Amino acid sequence: MRDALFADEVVTHACVRFVRVPGLAGEIALITIDNGHDHTRPSTFGPGGLASLDAALDEVAAHTPAPAAIAVTGKPFVFAVGADLSGVPAITSADQAREIAEAGHRVFRRLKDAAVPTFAFVNGAALGGGLELALHCSYRTISGGAFVAFPEVFLGLVPGWGGTQLLPNLIGIDGAVSVIVENALAQNKTTPGPRAAELGIADAVFEPADFLERSLEWAAGVLRGDVVVRRPEVDRLAWDDALARARQIVQARTRNASPGALRAVELLDLARAGAEGDAFTAGTTAEDDALTDLLMSDELRAGLYSFDLVNRRAKRPAGAPDRMLARQVTKVGVVGAGLMASQLALLLVRRLEVPVVLTDVDQVRVDKGVGYVHGELDELAGRGRLSPDRLNRLKRLVTGSLDKAAFADADLVLEAVFEELSVKQQVLAEVEAVVSAECVLATNTSALSVTEMAAELQHPERVVGLHFFNPVAVLPLLEVVRAERTDDATLATAFAVGKALAKSCVLVADAPAFVVNRLLTRFLGEVTAAVDAGTPVVVAERALEPLGLPMTPFELLSLVGPPVALHVAERMHEAFPDRFAVGAGLRRMVELGKASVFSGPGVVDPDLAGIDAGDSPLTAEELRDRAERALAQEIRLMLDEGVVQAVQDIDLCILLGAGWPFWLGGISAYLDRAGVSEAVTGQRFLPKGVASLPA
Amino acid sequence: MSRSLREVVFVDGVRTPFGKAGPKGIYAETRADDLVVRCIRELMRRNPSLPADRVDEVAIAATTQIGDQGLTIGRTAALLAGLPRSVPGYAIDRMCAGAMTAVTTTASGIAFGAYDVAIAGGVEHMGHHPMGEGVDPNPRFVSEKIVDSSALVMGATAENLHDRFPHLTKERADAFALASQQKYATAVAAGQIGPELVPVATRSTEHGWGLATVDEPPRPDTTLDGLASLKTPFRPHGSVTAGNAAGLNDGATGCLLAAEDVARELGLTIGMRLVGYGFAGVEPEVMGVGPIPSTEKALARTGLSIEDIGLFELNEAFAVQVLAFLDHFGIADDDGRVNPWGGAIAVGHPLASSGVRLMTQLSRQFAERPDIRYGLTAMCIGIGMGGTVTWENPNWEGVEK
Repeated sequence: MRDALFADEVVTHACVRFVRVPGLAGEIALITIDNGHDHTRPSTFGPGGLASLDAALDEVAAHTPAPAAIAVTGKPFVFAVGADLSGVPAITSADQAREIAEAGHRVFRRLKDAAVPTFAFVNGAALGGGLELALHCSYRTISGGAFVAFPEVFLGLVPGWGGTQLLPNLIGIDGAVSVIVENALAQNKTTPGPRAAELGIADAVFEPADFLERSLEWAAGVLRGDVVVRRPEVDRLAWDDALARARQIVQARTRNASPGALRAVELLDLARAGAEGDAFTAGTTAEDDALTDLLMSDELRAGLYSFDLVNRRAKRPAGAPDRMLARQVTKVGVVGAGLMASQLALLLVRRLEVPVVLTDVDQVRVDKGVGYVHGELDELAGRGRLSPDRLNRLKRLVTGSLDKAAFADADLVLEAVFEELSVKQQVLAEVEAVVSAECVLATNTSALSVTEMAAELQHPERVVGLHFFNPVAVLPLLEVVRAERTDDATLATAFAVGKALAKSCVLVADAPAFVVNRLLTRFLGEVTAAVDAGTPVVVAERALEPLGLPMTPFELLSLVGPPVALHVAERMHEAFPDRFAVGAGLRRMVELGKASVFSGPGVVDPDLAGIDAGDSPLTAEELRDRAERALAQEIRLMLDEGVVQAVQDIDLCILLGAGWPFWLGGISAYLDRAGVSEAVTGQRFLPKGVASLPA
Repeated sequence: MSRSLREVVFVDGVRTPFGKAGPKGIYAETRADDLVVRCIRELMRRNPSLPADRVDEVAIAATTQIGDQGLTIGRTAALLAGLPRSVPGYAIDRMCAGAMTAVTTTASGIAFGAYDVAIAGGVEHMGHHPMGEGVDPNPRFVSEKIVDSSALVMGATAENLHDRFPHLTKERADAFALASQQKYATAVAAGQIGPELVPVATRSTEHGWGLATVDEPPRPDTTLDGLASLKTPFRPHGSVTAGNAAGLNDGATGCLLAAEDVARELGLTIGMRLVGYGFAGVEPEVMGVGPIPSTEKALARTGLSIEDIGLFELNEAFAVQVLAFLDHFGIADDDGRVNPWGGAIAVGHPLASSGVRLMTQLSRQFAERPDIRYGLTAMCIGIGMGGTVTWENPNWEGVEK
């Protein structure tokens, strides 16, 4: 079974050497875990890796004379980054899942139960199962250059190879909640080595330059009794408060929609009985149960699918032309000096480090735009994020001009002016008059047709859409829009720039509102229509809660801004009148200049009283069903229209541009498993097993 | 302005265990610059009263200054070792006497008043950088007979010494080599060699991490019969063998030098006081005699005579070349003052690093021997040179004559 399940396992081998350390009578059995690749392919534990560690421990046990201690360390820059999840899609039964859970426990426990002291020398990244391996040892040293984390809860799992039981009993429950729950749900925040030592995860921290030598020397000191390791006693009375905090975090970050996070909190609760003897056995058995259940859950399978999209597909955009076709960008022009344009200028200068020229219609606006960028750079320098030299360099690169002639030698001009087709057409024509024939012209439109924008130009083939998401510095998605006549060199340049800006690029067709805005507008349209029809605002607000979205529909509306939402809704209504309604309530909000439907938490703004006064209200379930069906219908239409290469790209956009959670798999995995896609479109988006349990 | 010369002291010296060069050696997968970094860090750890920003120079020698021994290794190793960025460094080369020259050059800077404290050392990873890697000798050397064609092959120059000094037979060379192995083994067993070693974590992709704590080259089971049976790779039926010459090795050394007044101010130990030094050139094809004129030079310039020297640390590039030195000065092959803890034939000779090994070893013997006032470190150098540094024992308990 092992071979079949993990046929492609890159096996992490455990090699033992019996080393003599000055000042120590016996030998230390030093186990190196190394998958034979460099640091770009970190070591992980699949069945083969666990078997190799098991065999190494056999070798140690059989060695005479018995070593004074066992120590484990990793290959350069990496300790170990956890379980090998590549074989999970092939797991089809709970028995198989349990076997993996139990195998980790069985092998790691040999370090905890060893007859001699055990040490982990955490020389580099220690994530998930790698950190659990270290936690099973009697002592830990950590490199100042290493970092640790438990990413399991982020993925929809639990640190179930002992992590939930050992960590709280080592560093206390509050620290364990931070590492296992809070950090995992905060975009997988990692803990640097020195901080890990402060938290008590490691007993000593050494500099990377001679980490292993110092660790062995320290271990010899511990074994001789010269070095005494002191750890604060674990406060058993802290459990209730810490678990309450954990539950609050899980509620806030997942709306309790991720079974992994909830399960992790339960296991942490169990750990209050300690991590020795029967208590540890009970705790690890509960971990086996949790891992089995979660590995056999659709949420986890969707989480792994999402993880793969974000880490692999996002780095090799489907449909992108040969990167060798990209032109060098040595200077950038930005038309418009408003907030969006200024934010783009800031991003461009920080990442591309080339001259960025802002233009606008009057000097006041230009000065304001340049001033904004300079101010942001100053602030970054003030926070120590830019050195004084770099601050000088970047500030000098950002200039303003009233005259578009300043773009003459630019390789890329990005327009971010008012969202009106005729205005944008005019701006692009003015730019074309001064730039070279190869200069790429990019538009940051959210809903207008790029093809129409380029239609009147002499060189429409050099026009491309670059749709950024607000806030530009934070959201990692960039929709790269290929218009009808966009050529490959232009597109390749757009992808190269996107990559240089550290964005994940997705190629989209020049269809109304592209991907994220189209789906969110459709989705919000169902909500505003329901409110127009009489569904109480508070019911509509909470109707989608079971999905665990990062924000409620009205929070999303406030973030986007009602005027922008209305503009896009109107555009979409023009394009697809039968599916996209323009809500009367939304229109009223814009007319009254309201940024939110609420005037206080849960209190509908009195000025908007009556926006939900219709006579055919929906229940929360009915609204959710409608919204889900609308999404399924729209996604199918987008696929049929060829807006993207595959549904994976839609999911990637939703994950990165809307921040929807991993356990929904973007959204298609959820719509498939809830049966919505089949009910609405007659088919699934993804075959069973891709982002769900296999058939 | 007026100025006075300052006394220069050798504070402390360390080295990595020496390894055998080649794919099976302990350092096969360890970078040369990392070996240097280990030495620098260990020097700083062993001398905690020295503030890192008081180090005024880091001079590191390497014969082949490319790859992991390139990039101005004194500077880069200083940065990698975590010394403050304000500490400068440079690379230096005089083949086998690289580290020795790093010491004499920085010591001269200290004496002159340009530095207070310096780190000097050397490295040679002969596994990563085989002898002669990347060399491009000028064809004029041969066309104008500037050097004999054998001058660039060190083993051949050693064979030439046997020709010049027929009484220095292969049997005498083998006996000297055997003694070197035995003296080294005795010194290790007595704990005399060991404390100066810096443990090095050694990577092996096949076997995992190890820890180098002892020298790899020594062959304690060497016998005269065994030595007699070895091949003579440089000449058919010749005299020079792998047994009576130093091997091909990997290793690094480092030492701390300071002005004597600064050492006292900072509370640093004083291992040796620099007396003088000399370098001299000889015919390249008999480069092994180089230490004879360099020693005469060093002694003459400081008013010492060979009889004043109580301890000799001579680099054993080849046994015959040490014998030529001893023969010249009328010292017996087995004189107890010569390499009492064995030499390079046993421990190895990672070219540019060896000079500081000799000094470290001499300094440690000085600590044990207050009866001895002066010691000497000397070595032969490729392309026909010799280098000698003379030292005074600060622990000497005798009375000034």
